[in-house]
Amino acid sequence: MEIIPKLPVAEWIDNATDWTTDTFEFLFDFIKQDFGDFIEFFAEDLLMAIPIWLFIAVIGVLAFFVSGKRFGLVAFSVIGLWFISNQGLWEELMNTFTLVIFASLISVIIGVPFGIWMAKSKTVQTILTPILDFMQTMPAFVYLIPAVAFFSIGMVPGVFASVIFATPPTVRFTNLGIRQVSKELIEASDSFGTTGTQKLFKVQLPMAKTTIMAGINQTVMLSLSMVVIASMIGAKGLGQTVITGLQRADVGTGFVAGLGIVILAIIIDRFTQNLNTQKGQ
Amino acid sequence: MPVIKVDKLSKIFGKNAKQATKLLDQGLSKEEILKKTGNTVGVNRASFEVEEGEIFVIMGLSGSGKSTLVRLINRLIEPTEGSVMIDGEDLAKMNKQDLRKVRREKLSMVFQKFALFPHRTILQNAEFGLEVQGIDKSEREKRAKESLEMVGLGEYINQYPSQLSGGMQQRVGLARALANDPEVLLMDEAFSALDPLIRKEMQDELLELQESMKKTILFITHDLDEALRIGDRIALMKDGKIVQIGTPEEILVNPANDYVEKFVEDVDRSKVLEAQHIMKRPETVDIEKHGPRAALERMRKEGLSSIYVVDRKRKLYGYVTADDVSAAAKQDKKDLKDILHTDVPKADMNTTMHEIFDMIHDSPVPIAVVEEDKLKGIIVRGAVIAALAGSEVSINGDHS
Repeated sequence: MEIIPKLPVAEWIDNATDWTTDTFEFLFDFIKQDFGDFIEFFAEDLLMAIPIWLFIAVIGVLAFFVSGKRFGLVAFSVIGLWFISNQGLWEELMNTFTLVIFASLISVIIGVPFGIWMAKSKTVQTILTPILDFMQTMPAFVYLIPAVAFFSIGMVPGVFASVIFATPPTVRFTNLGIRQVSKELIEASDSFGTTGTQKLFKVQLPMAKTTIMAGINQTVMLSLSMVVIASMIGAKGLGQTVITGLQRADVGTGFVAGLGIVILAIIIDRFTQNLNTQKGQ
Repeated sequence: MPVIKVDKLSKIFGKNAKQATKLLDQGLSKEEILKKTGNTVGVNRASFEVEEGEIFVIMGLSGSGKSTLVRLINRLIEPTEGSVMIDGEDLAKMNKQDLRKVRREKLSMVFQKFALFPHRTILQNAEFGLEVQGIDKSEREKRAKESLEMVGLGEYINQYPSQLSGGMQQRVGLARALANDPEVLLMDEAFSALDPLIRKEMQDELLELQESMKKTILFITHDLDEALRIGDRIALMKDGKIVQIGTPEEILVNPANDYVEKFVEDVDRSKVLEAQHIMKRPETVDIEKHGPRAALERMRKEGLSSIYVVDRKRKLYGYVTADDVSAAAKQDKKDLKDILHTDVPKADMNTTMHEIFDMIHDSPVPIAVVEEDKLKGIIVRGAVIAALAGSEVSINGDHS
């Protein structure tokens, strides 16, 4: 039974992480410092500088137009946001919102090009598919460990872990969307002598837009689901309140903070979904 | 010089294509090659030439390789071997830049299922080819609008394709292809997705447009009626091979082999066969030489109830009936002129049987086939019915 000794996989990973931490220290430090400062500035100075009533009003107006001039989403957004502020969780909400915005933005910036690459090459698709599966099925907690090693604690490792967890849907849906464009349209494009880039921007991406947006919606939702987990390594926001509630066995606080996350999730989801369906002919 | 010259063009799908080409050399059939190598023969050594301004139709049943063949011509599918010369340049050996240039400037394609871009308006669709070439906005809009007007869609430029009917969508497809002002138009089953009435309308319109455009058109279809209607020449394909190339008449009258014959069997012959194919040599009397008695004698001998009257140069004057002639003979009249009927049902050599059918229906006498006032032949009801039934048509040349 013991012919093969226990493989030192854990040590390998440790060594690799150590090596990465040491080698890219300058880069990680830079990100930790400057990007961290920027996130903090965005959440604490920029968003918090906006009066709550104004913020709620702006979201309300946006909701009106995004939902095609109907009042359901407007009412929900205004009442939901008012409720969160009423519970004294406004600052936490702004922090969570910041985390989600940055994580989603970075995920999309990374995810869409990878999705395009995947759609254009069968080899890339074969290689990336298992990696994406891995990224999504690995328990999200595990990402916290290297995140802390690279960026210590705070918002930045939170965003890092969220990005790893939330990028795959954007990559997958971009790939899917481009591959779904009908063969005849691709032939039509080719028959007019398009270059690869022209074909991508004039035909494939516009045709894939709906699918890509569905992927981005998923990405946003996944990064939101990382909020509580990321707060375990010091990311500020509603998640932290949930954790505090857990630690003190304070059901009420935890529940209210959780409700805040749900409200935010529903608002973001309806916004991104409506943006998607609105322009579909 | 032909605009398109295709020489021994082949496409074999699958691995080991080279091995399969060797088997083709040995004369193995498509099925045998599939069994031996697992390769599918798409197109097998197709060679043909298309002249400038010609509508060349490639027709065959589904799976005959016609759609593959048209895609080999603009290289949407890479040929396995052979050459495609467009204006003397071999597309099959071109690098990508040159190929793009040819596709942009010389070839345009119209697709079976229209292949319009649903996210673009009609105008933006028509502009596509020009946009790809990098022509500036005002110029390309102008040319796209002209092209849309040509197909009768000037009013619809800001609609989206999904708002248009099938026939209109294909007009957009045509306008998009024409906006580039290409030399060659490749039409892949362009009208097959349309219902029969619209299809016929589009065929007419294409022919009408062609009158003024004089493009070189390669038209793919599975519909023989369509091929016969619009084709200047037709190539028939079977199992990736071209079995016969010829004008519509040549194909109908002299099918190259059983396959073509079988194909042609079902065709609506009335639209293709012309007066000259079914007319027969007329019995006539000479207005200068013959009187009523001679006419009566001739008619009795041939068992006719009427007879055409001509002069020595076979100029047609009219016809006389047996009743009139016998009455005139009794009255001892000498001249046929008094009893001549001049309301002759006339057709010329190229009148289609379809039209003759309508004429002969209520005509008391056979139809006169006339060229430059001269009687060339007559068509009797029996010949029309025989030809429609597809029995052997005796072609009566100019015996007179």
